Amino acid sequence: MIVTDKKPRQEVLDALKDYHKVFVIGCGSCAAASRTGGEDECREWVDELKKNGKEPTGHFIPEETCHVFLLKSMLRQSEPAAGSDVFLVLSCGAGVQAVSAATDKPVVAGLNSMFLGTTYRAGEFLKYCSLCGSCVLSSTAGICPVTRCPKGLLNGPCGGMVNGKCEVDSDMKCVWVEIYERLKSRNKEKILTMVNKPKSYGNIRHQKVEPKKLSKKAL
Amino acid sequence: MSKLSEALKNKEFVITAELSPRKGTIVSNFIKTVNALKDKVHAINITDNQRAVMRMSSLVASYLVLREGVEPVYQLTCRDRNRLALQSDLIGAATLGIQNVLALTGDHPSAGDAPEAKPVFDLDAATLLQTITKLNNGFDLNGHPLKGATDFFAGAALTPQTEPLEPVLLAMERKIHAGAKFFQTQPVFDTEAFASFMSKTAQFNIPVMPGILLLHSAEQALNLNAHVPGIKIPDPLIKRLETASDPHREGIAIAAELIGNLKQIAQGVHIMTVGQEKDIHTVLERI
Repeated sequence: MIVTDKKPRQEVLDALKDYHKVFVIGCGSCAAASRTGGEDECREWVDELKKNGKEPTGHFIPEETCHVFLLKSMLRQSEPAAGSDVFLVLSCGAGVQAVSAATDKPVVAGLNSMFLGTTYRAGEFLKYCSLCGSCVLSSTAGICPVTRCPKGLLNGPCGGMVNGKCEVDSDMKCVWVEIYERLKSRNKEKILTMVNKPKSYGNIRHQKVEPKKLSKKAL
Repeated sequence: MSKLSEALKNKEFVITAELSPRKGTIVSNFIKTVNALKDKVHAINITDNQRAVMRMSSLVASYLVLREGVEPVYQLTCRDRNRLALQSDLIGAATLGIQNVLALTGDHPSAGDAPEAKPVFDLDAATLLQTITKLNNGFDLNGHPLKGATDFFAGAALTPQTEPLEPVLLAMERKIHAGAKFFQTQPVFDTEAFASFMSKTAQFNIPVMPGILLLHSAEQALNLNAHVPGIKIPDPLIKRLETASDPHREGIAIAAELIGNLKQIAQGVHIMTVGQEKDIHTVLERI
């Protein structure tokens, strides 16, 4: 689940300043669950646009906005969308770019994409994964330091750990202490004397932008 | 072989002091301080954008120290440079004749004067030490051969007064595996607690130099306790600074006493100040 956050109102209005007719596109999956791109939030923006002298031409909420073909077909069928100057998209970056790929019209992002969230319970998300392309969880007791250590350290704790807390936020438990405790409970803490190799960023760079087909890749 | 490594090998009581490069191009006072410490310390550590506050490059400032005939300990953090920049700076440092390096992870930018900066941390202290070991063996991190190897004496940092201690000791062991030959610690104020820490590190048989931080007022001490990770100044010391007629002199006396006590426990000390660099030689005269 991609967790998103509303951009500051003024930042969005600034991005819309050259346009008059604005069509709003939400997202029925992650952004709706994040309460940033569902029906209520789309209507909130329609009202806001009116208040600011714009002409909201309508809105729709695709089941998933990160789907270029779905977007193309919905946009083809929508006259108000076709008559608009710009699309205000309330979804994650993948959704904003799907709209951008499905139309020649300009798009404005209404949200900031924050992280891949683990749902704790409805409306509460834990920042557990950052889609880094080379998973280390097998050697870190199932707890991700790439995401949960502010320095993304593969060999912690660092000198900023004080009484189990993180130097960046003294209310936050050091994730490397969590990893240590988990390993200790399994009598595996000695693996922390081994050096984890530097991360490879080769996996996430130079990715083709052409659609990547799903394949049954052998191990 | 660096003088620092030789002194540690010969079991001398080794003294290093720490200087921060200037924020700006005027270095006359910095050079004066370096010369005031000449022959009084074994080496001078040069911090690398300490506490994530931007200053002159530690590589250049280390070279300025070397040019004055004093041995620098070039501090290098992983916060601001990726693995390419770290290695090229290390090769540059070795070429300039810098022999000691302290490999650090580095404070997070949020602590400093450019909190919006992108934190790099492509490597960390352990993998930086491994990289230095490889450069010393004539290869880069990826195993490509160098035309001329480095010959660094590499050290690392330690936080002795924290809980839980076991992950710190495990990380210490990891740094030793990675190539650390000595350790310098965060400021120590409690000799007994430090002695107990040292008994836990005896198994590694590696020099550990406790940090000595000069204090000049009770207010400063309280401030450090509140804001600097890993610093724990005990109440009796704060009381001494509070009641002293000249807290500045009392701070120097406290440092000299601590060094005297630590002589029995450790193989050296590492003296740090917050802008009180001129006082380091006064402390050294008292021990």
